[in-house]
Amino acid sequence: MSETTSQLLVNLNALATGLFLLTAFGIVAMRQARGCLNLFIIQSLLLAASAALLGLRHESSHLYGVALVNLISKPIIVPWLLRRTASAEIYTRREIDQVLNIPTALLIALALTILSYFLAQPILNAVAPEFRGPNVPIGIAGLLLGAFTLTVRREALPLLIGLLVMENGAFLAGISIARNLPLLVELAIATDGLIIVFISGVLIRAVEKHVGTTAVGELASLKEAAAEPAAKEASK
Amino acid sequence: MSVIIILLLPLIAAALVCIPLKKYWASGVTVVSSVAILILATRITLRVAAGNPVVSTLMFGLQQWIAVDGLSALILLLIAFVATTAAIYSVGYMAHENLKPSKLRLYYANYNLFVFSMLAIPVLADPTLVWIVVELTTLCSALLVSFQNTREALEAAWKYVVLSLMGAGMALFGFLVLFAAMQASGSNGVYTWDGLIVAAPTMPPVLLQTAFLLILIGLGTKVGLVPMHTWLPDAHSQAPTPVCALLSGIETSAILYVILRMFPIMHASPHSHAETWALVLGLISVGTAAFLLLQVRDYKRMFAFSTVEHMGIILTAVGLGASVAGYSAMLQIVSHSVTKSFCFFAAGAALMAVGTREIAAVRGLIRKSPAASVGLVLGGLAICGAPPMAVFLSEFSILKAGLMQKQYVATGLLAIFIVIAFFGIMLHINRMVFGAPENINGESPEENHLEPQAVENSHLPFSCRLAMILAAVPVLVLGVYIPKPLDDLLTQAAAALTK
Repeated sequence: MSETTSQLLVNLNALATGLFLLTAFGIVAMRQARGCLNLFIIQSLLLAASAALLGLRHESSHLYGVALVNLISKPIIVPWLLRRTASAEIYTRREIDQVLNIPTALLIALALTILSYFLAQPILNAVAPEFRGPNVPIGIAGLLLGAFTLTVRREALPLLIGLLVMENGAFLAGISIARNLPLLVELAIATDGLIIVFISGVLIRAVEKHVGTTAVGELASLKEAAAEPAAKEASK
Repeated sequence: MSVIIILLLPLIAAALVCIPLKKYWASGVTVVSSVAILILATRITLRVAAGNPVVSTLMFGLQQWIAVDGLSALILLLIAFVATTAAIYSVGYMAHENLKPSKLRLYYANYNLFVFSMLAIPVLADPTLVWIVVELTTLCSALLVSFQNTREALEAAWKYVVLSLMGAGMALFGFLVLFAAMQASGSNGVYTWDGLIVAAPTMPPVLLQTAFLLILIGLGTKVGLVPMHTWLPDAHSQAPTPVCALLSGIETSAILYVILRMFPIMHASPHSHAETWALVLGLISVGTAAFLLLQVRDYKRMFAFSTVEHMGIILTAVGLGASVAGYSAMLQIVSHSVTKSFCFFAAGAALMAVGTREIAAVRGLIRKSPAASVGLVLGGLAICGAPPMAVFLSEFSILKAGLMQKQYVATGLLAIFIVIAFFGIMLHINRMVFGAPENINGESPEENHLEPQAVENSHLPFSCRLAMILAAVPVLVLGVYIPKPLDDLLTQAAAALTK
């Protein structure tokens, strides 16, 4: 591979990971459930793109496998599964009151991104030079932003997507440093992601049916103190 | 080979229970498959205890995917034991719930899948595959936690799924970093627990430390270590009782096993601080759980907090220096598993007798349901570590090992927390069992919520009694006598911890 193509691939990968970060920010702030899902799909496509570009650059067939698995499972099967299990109705939800207002949430997300660059530095120093790239810090940022999404959202679908963003982040960082994972493991991880979606979808539907809301973040009756009425109700 | 059969049996059982047949078909299949698993697991354990670890090589580009050494065999045996008693207990308990047949089949299908995912944890050798089955344990048990479909059960299940998967996300990154560390070490070993120990001395310490912390915190969430424990009392109290016994009794220990697997790898690397982390996290967990135990209102939650406490004790024991306290830590895993499952069976018996989980609403249980009362008192004493029960022996040897290591502060704190937990648990149980019995006889107006049919059904189904008696045997016996094969196994498991 010539020097220029190699450089081009590195730059394209940097672009893909940069956009990946942008989608993670979008998921923190997006109010429409549908929009969150769309951003997640774009993010998964970018993850697949980054895996394919790294695969080209390092001539690694394992990474093509990762790209292919991601391309099929997340953008196609995840929305289908969600529609089947949790009903299409949750796509129409809007979240008016987030725990934090959007500018504050975005500022914290920015701080987390900067933090992730610091966290990634020792890891980058320990691996061989050709593994260094934007994947590790942005992957860690994806992990942190996904966790942050879980803390600021209340609606079920954005929470589920927060979980999936964490997994995407772990993957984005992982593919750049852990190259030759066996294909079986990759397939298993992807299947696992689908089971997450399936189980959460079933749970969301059950919550909607029995509690009458999909704002699962507002369920908070299980506590040690001051849970009298709820405990009475449960004991019946 | 028998390992593969062990893994296949619950899957076959899960498929079989979906066939709509007679009333006791699903429960019968589950009990038979559990007993078969227990027999096979005992055979494997005896073989391993005699010094022949099982290693199997197989396809799919994974050179070595099953490895059973002392530590694995110990956990495998415990899972098989608790799964069997809980399956027997389920027969009577779920019949008592009067469910629709389809719902009952769903329960047993999920139950078997959950047992499968747990059985796979100790026997798989590839850490990323282990991560996947750990994730599967969450997913297979989520629908069991939400089984009753009440507001509380759904909330508990949702919290359980979100927090456990959040932890799993971190752990996944940890395992990928571990894989990178393996590659960076330059050794050509296989990516298995044993291969990692071989490669550890040449791994970049930064990568190994990062991986260890990510795995400790990520999987620690699922074990219920304290800053990440918030979901545990909810999930472990809202699920149907046999599932609580599985979740609390053995699932937490099985996940802790994965964390324990990291310790020998950390030992092989220079400058590891694995022990310090374990000690600090462990003590925080024990302390917090001990104080929370004083103020619980729900007796199933009480036993759930006691699980947090015991996980903390085990981790503290490992942190005290695995070479000395390793044997005690292993013994503690065994005694906790058998005792905690017994405690939940007793709590389930009480729940069937009175129909409420609130401690304040249960008084004078000894007159209403003697079997449940005896179970609760025995279970409470056993889990708190009263002599001559199994937990007493293991906690005592942990404290002794701590003093031998000259870790006076940590050992002292641990002893204080254990005593506080003792008072917390026994206070509540004492009130429930012996407290002012006139309340229960229906004279006071606030007793209206004890429904009449609950009084009628207060006798325990036979299968529940049988399960409680079976579970009580090791609780009582292990305190005074440890059989030779088990002793060998514990020694080997402790050795695997320090390798």
